[in-house]
Amino acid sequence: MSARTAAPPVAPNATAPRSDAAILRRRRLIHGSLTGIALVYAAVLLIAPLAGIIWAAIKAGGHAWVETFSQPDVRHAFYLTLIITATTVVVTAVLGVVVALMLARDPFPGRALVSAFVDLPLAVSPVIVGLACVLMFGTGGWFKPWFDAHGIQIIFALPSMVLVTIFICIPFVIREVAPLLGELGTEEEEAARTLGASSLQTFFKVTLPNIRWALLYGIALTTARAIGEIGAVLVVSGQITGHTETATLFILRAFDEGRDAQGYIVATTLALVSVLLLSGIEILKHRGERKLAS
Amino acid sequence: MATRTGSLDAPPRPPLPRLDPGAGGGAAPRPRRRPPWGRWGLRATALLYLAVMVALPIVAVLTRGFGNGFGALKDAFAAPGAWKAVELTLVLAALTAVINGVFGTLIAYVLVRYRFPGRAALSTIVDIPFAIPTLVTGVMLRALYGPASPVGSFLERHGVHVIFAPAGILLALLFVTLPLVVRTVQPVMLELDRSEEEAAHVLGAGRIRTARSVVLPHLRPPIAAGMLLVFARAIGEFGAVVIVSGNIIGKTLTAPVFIFGLISQFKPEQAAAVASLLFGLSFVLVLVTERLVARRPAKEPEE
Repeated sequence: MSARTAAPPVAPNATAPRSDAAILRRRRLIHGSLTGIALVYAAVLLIAPLAGIIWAAIKAGGHAWVETFSQPDVRHAFYLTLIITATTVVVTAVLGVVVALMLARDPFPGRALVSAFVDLPLAVSPVIVGLACVLMFGTGGWFKPWFDAHGIQIIFALPSMVLVTIFICIPFVIREVAPLLGELGTEEEEAARTLGASSLQTFFKVTLPNIRWALLYGIALTTARAIGEIGAVLVVSGQITGHTETATLFILRAFDEGRDAQGYIVATTLALVSVLLLSGIEILKHRGERKLAS
Repeated sequence: MATRTGSLDAPPRPPLPRLDPGAGGGAAPRPRRRPPWGRWGLRATALLYLAVMVALPIVAVLTRGFGNGFGALKDAFAAPGAWKAVELTLVLAALTAVINGVFGTLIAYVLVRYRFPGRAALSTIVDIPFAIPTLVTGVMLRALYGPASPVGSFLERHGVHVIFAPAGILLALLFVTLPLVVRTVQPVMLELDRSEEEAAHVLGAGRIRTARSVVLPHLRPPIAAGMLLVFARAIGEFGAVVIVSGNIIGKTLTAPVFIFGLISQFKPEQAAAVASLLFGLSFVLVLVTERLVARRPAKEPEE
């Protein structure tokens, strides 16, 4: 058990052989108690709430599930979450790969600054992201006159909800793909080019297959984050029931209106979707790595 | 090996090389004579994307918040509970950083150094907060500690208030930020040279002395980086907090929820001013963190 603890192969204090057993016992005690504390902390902090919500969702009963999902509001909320998530995934994946290619392959001055900008969304509170969107497109905003003149509604409508979700999800694909591109180098791509492949062919036949697991993992993280986004979407959406209400906004309203059971049911569904998605990708990724290794 | 795990929401994987082509050979000059249309196109697309999607919104917040000097900021802090909200947020974020700094490091240590039944499970459990939507975290805590659950009513009977109290906010922040410390410290611990510890041991240093003078100096930067990340994330957390805090002005109202309140009251300038403060603080913390994480490889060259 304690084979991996920092123990020298020979007892250090050879002058006192009697203490060997004592040292071993003490080490086992330390080992056991540290492991115990770590497990208890993780269980109390992370597992107990998970058990709590599953209990609450089961206690609500099957008919509550049926009732919840037969509401048009709930269905529309999930539909809206799906649309926002899908758009966000497409935009952040495609443009994320472009940014990653630039960061990894194009040593231009100011790359460090660009890299910092990529990480910026991670440091910004979602509420502030929503606020920025309101400031740009809302009353008195820079772009409001133009969009008004063209009859396009941004705030309190789908476009602003997609925009803020994209902002929040920008880093995930880039941070997964860029390091890998740097590690891979350009040898294979050069070979393909030498053999007469065009830039596009090289990208789709060589580069993309090489980065696909990192890309998929980044997409999974993006999806999980987009599904769960609340702060920014709350600010820009106006929470119009059946119109600009996402699944997370529905949960918030359900608790506000005292329909706790429905809140628990929708929240459990979201949690299950996110966990399944990430663990699925994790398994696929391990399989892919093993295949590559063999 | 440099890692990029030192940022908020770091991916739940151990070490990643930096966004730096450097050793990867990506920067090798390509002997071609074609005009670099592709490169310029790539550059323009990438920079435009980041400028429009990231830089512009930030500029919008800063200019609106401080367009009329510090007037908006003063007005915002004249509101009842404004200072309290900022104070509560900073105190809770600091507490979260300290508690998760200790337990996150402990979990990383146990994961790296010990083999025990349940180790794989612990490693998976630590990543749960990355997958669970933050609002759902709040809902989970409400389900467990709310008055409707046996645990919640038991605690309530004994005078412990979790939901709609600072304790609930603290639990939510602890939940959301735990992986940040574990995944920042773990890769460094994996790379530690065991023979240094053994040498100290052979030379007669006790376990505590070995830990203090051999192990800790290596671990200080990643632990500090992890804690700063936790702090930065905790300052801005909204989803997990909003549903457990009850948002009682002067008692459980946090700064992000306060900003949200200002927006709902159609005071965008004041909201932008407070947001700029909050944002500035967390951005500085993230920059410091990147320094802390990046400094490490210079001291320990790879084998």
